[in-house]
Amino acid sequence: MVQKLEALVETPSQTAGPYVHIGLMPTYAGNPGYYDQEVGTSPIAAGAKGEIIEISGEVFDGTGWALRDALLESWQADAAGKFAGQEGADPAVSGHCRFAADAVSGEFTLRTVKPGAVPARGGKMQAPHICLWIVARGINIGLQTRIYFDDEDNSADPVLARIEQKPRIDTLIARKVGDGKYRFDIRLQGDGETVFFDM
Amino acid sequence: MTNLGPLIPRNREIHPVAYDPDYKTSVARSPRLPLISMESTPGEETGPRFGHGLIGPLDNNLILNWTGGKAPAVGERVLMHGRVLDENARPVPNTLIEIWQANAGGRYRHKKDGYLAPLDPNFGGCGRTITDENGYYEFLTVRPGAYPWPNRGNDWRPMHIHVSIFGNSFGQRLISQMYFEGDPLIDRCPIAATIKDRGQLESLVAPLDINRSRPLDFLAYKFDIVLRGRRQTMFENKLEGM
Ligand SMILES: [Fe+3]
Repeated sequence: MVQKLEALVETPSQTAGPYVHIGLMPTYAGNPGYYDQEVGTSPIAAGAKGEIIEISGEVFDGTGWALRDALLESWQADAAGKFAGQEGADPAVSGHCRFAADAVSGEFTLRTVKPGAVPARGGKMQAPHICLWIVARGINIGLQTRIYFDDEDNSADPVLARIEQKPRIDTLIARKVGDGKYRFDIRLQGDGETVFFDM
Repeated sequence: MTNLGPLIPRNREIHPVAYDPDYKTSVARSPRLPLISMESTPGEETGPRFGHGLIGPLDNNLILNWTGGKAPAVGERVLMHGRVLDENARPVPNTLIEIWQANAGGRYRHKKDGYLAPLDPNFGGCGRTITDENGYYEFLTVRPGAYPWPNRGNDWRPMHIHVSIFGNSFGQRLISQMYFEGDPLIDRCPIAATIKDRGQLESLVAPLDINRSRPLDFLAYKFDIVLRGRRQTMFENKLEGM
């Protein structure tokens, strides 16, 4: 016999299902006024420092059909690379947003501030990026991915460096399509499958 | 906020499989290529924090919150309660928990739910709260009805409450479902069956907690939630600044 560890096992995930919006985005689900203040309605408040950008895209399934029921959450640093709550962080940047694929078109849009570079453990710098978490009916555990930007230098990013098949890095890079506007499509499966992380 | 250090890597074997042909929607929505595994970075180790000021007085009372206290929802009154802990068995205080569910007849108040069971005019179907300093939370609600769903010819969801939890960091983010002890539909449900470890599925089944039930008022069910923990770093401090 050996001593017992006090460790517990993580609660298993289950799909968020088709009605996730009533719980997390009640106004979007058609139930406005449920809460005085909903969670994650915007990652920035008036006066946020830095470049305000809009990132639009779709979440495609393995058949090429855009999900109409996906819900996404983003988490990011402010323009100086500080996360909300860290010393010196921009008080106008909460850094957290909830947004949904449109129920008719499947398109989502995230309006936020462009994040600054953030250090990784060991002092290396990560290129500016936004952490994404995607849930929907048929997704049994939330998918982690990242948005990088094609007008930044991503060549020394330690996370991207871990991806063996270099062409796959492109799936994590938002394309500039206009002034302050970016395109970022997500492919759950098949040709051009987006890189998803376990970290 | 202080960065509390690297997260314990997720044990994917205790989670549902991504691809399960018995849950048909998962077939085209599951990644085919392996996830890229690596140590967490500040983006996963920090996360949004929510103050108790966010929460209204009825937010965790689904029997009353849709009508603002004017009229109670129809159904069997149930207290859902428990603790949020991490893998190191430490309580997770001040963390946001959100829930959503069908009404007593198995119908969601969602624009896309067309099930023939009627809406309850007094039931909205969502609630939220923040754990106390010891990681405890509670919700007063009604027992959700089982409902049919299009999958195989005659699939029914067991009674369940959807749960969303934040923890202290974005890498701990979790959505799951609570089931009710004794529901025979659990063992017939292809969504529950995406979890291949029997013990792990059982960890989603809340037992009847008769001692927390209030006589002549409600039955209680206990549902503890475990989030990813932090790796202990005592002997790794040197690495941090390298
Ligand atoms: Fe459900």
